Amino acid sequence: MSAYLTAANRLRIVKIEDIQQETPTVKSFTFKDDLCSKAKPGQFIMVWIPDVDEVPMSLSGISPHACSISVKKVGEATKTLHQRKIGDYIGIRGPFGNGFRIGKGKVMVVGGGTGTTALMPLVGSLVEENFKVTFLLGAKTKNELVSRDRIQALLPKVAGRIDVATEDGSCGSEGVITDLAEKYLNNEEFDMIYTCGPERMMYKMLLLSERFQTPLQASLERLMRCAIGICGTCVIGKFRVCRDGPVFTGEQLSKVKEEFGHFKRAFNGRKVKL
Amino acid sequence: MRNRLAIEIAELKLTNPTMLAAGILGMTGASLREASVWGAGAVVTKSVGLKPREGYSNPTVAQVDCGLLNAIGLPNPGVSEFSEEIKEVKQSETPIPLIVSIYGFSTSEFVKVAKVAAEAGADALELNVSCPHVRDTGAEIGQNPSLVAEVVEEVKKNVLQPVFVKLTPNVADIVGVAKAAVEAGADALVAVNTVRAMAIDVETTRPILSNRIGGLSGPAIKPIAIRCVYEIYREVDVPIVGCGGVTSWRDAVEFMLAGASAVQIGTAISAKGMGVFKSVTRGISSYLKRKGFRSIEEIVGLSHRS
Repeated sequence: MSAYLTAANRLRIVKIEDIQQETPTVKSFTFKDDLCSKAKPGQFIMVWIPDVDEVPMSLSGISPHACSISVKKVGEATKTLHQRKIGDYIGIRGPFGNGFRIGKGKVMVVGGGTGTTALMPLVGSLVEENFKVTFLLGAKTKNELVSRDRIQALLPKVAGRIDVATEDGSCGSEGVITDLAEKYLNNEEFDMIYTCGPERMMYKMLLLSERFQTPLQASLERLMRCAIGICGTCVIGKFRVCRDGPVFTGEQLSKVKEEFGHFKRAFNGRKVKL
Repeated sequence: MRNRLAIEIAELKLTNPTMLAAGILGMTGASLREASVWGAGAVVTKSVGLKPREGYSNPTVAQVDCGLLNAIGLPNPGVSEFSEEIKEVKQSETPIPLIVSIYGFSTSEFVKVAKVAAEAGADALELNVSCPHVRDTGAEIGQNPSLVAEVVEEVKKNVLQPVFVKLTPNVADIVGVAKAAVEAGADALVAVNTVRAMAIDVETTRPILSNRIGGLSGPAIKPIAIRCVYEIYREVDVPIVGCGGVTSWRDAVEFMLAGASAVQIGTAISAKGMGVFKSVTRGISSYLKRKGFRSIEEIVGLSHRS
């Protein structure tokens, strides 16, 4: 009987301990959960808002005492979450997925928009293990640069650096973050590129990683239902994002190039252009 | 050397008796092919209908102590668009039997969907007359023997491919429905779909599934499914495919002893991963060898013999 009782997939109801307004559209919610405290950087959870929805969210903070998710207001579920107060309850199950693999050496971390928050636990681990980190942070405009202060506070420990690009030029270089990444790759060698952000951006990072022969790990986002690898909602090619991902290597992504960065599946299975 | 695991079911030749169950992963050609790469002997698609359907909002899957609850709500892109996925499976270098699960809100819809799926390359059709959580289709048809007979008869008239009928356990007399399906021309039966069930979260006092009621799968329903297969086997002459809680080779063999010629696997993938097809297949093979059986046929329905 116990075959299906995976501890992580059990629904738990947790209290919102703290809420931080990260940007005008992004809020972070802190909660306590033993299983999430043991999560690997890059893993995700399913967040249940009773009577509304259940949505996948990357953990943006993982520590022994508290964990967090960072939520951009985009649809009904996230709008409702944004109205929740400290002391309110949400349901969670997880953590799910594989998480980032931590190798060694000099790494580039490329975060675009809200995707950056999914990279925060990774940066924490990289810094702890003394990696040399170059963090490239991109957003449409200055106000939407997520987690910049937090990254800046972490990096000095390892002589790391942060560089910023905004599409409107309101902070850092004007343009897209991938152009900045290309500049760095032209001048220096890196042992690994980690990225999370809009898929078109990650697709460009895949092309750059191929061109500069630098290994890549990218964290993908897809619509999800079960989160345990059986419903087939989150598939990209032969991969299930919830189970085989959400972090994929450049090598894996190059096998699904017709799909990655081009389209995803809607809840009804139809292809939706990215 | 003869493959003792090979089995023929309603003209379909399977190299082993494990199938990917309907509703599991089968939304795209690539994921159906992946199940065959991992060792499934045949694959069944997610149920497709005439028009696209979103399905229900989340939560659509919830874990309970003894299995999984789901009310996904028959999401699919509609059979015309799904034809591309069917073709993709059939273009594989190592094609395996592809069974397209179909549903309709009326007999004529079933027929239309069946024709398109058959045209696209389905090797067989599985009629979903057993989904426990969508109104006006599924179990609402499957609980009524004369409606089942009507759907089966019409579909059979319009396609050449073998027709499987997936039965619901949510009836007082499953044998009556099974016989009606077979008399109407069903080539094989699949027993069973999920058991209507529900879970409520005590902290928030809310039903967990957005649809409130869903279907229970996994180990909890295996004894129910075994009983269904056992009862049906005594009364019909067509092959039966066992479905419900198959996790290990023992479960599969138990289904066969009850009367199943093959088994479908779904929920177990969440616990065992895609390797479950091979582990079940290998286990059946060792069992057959150990007991001195030369083929699966020798154990199908063996528990009935006195």
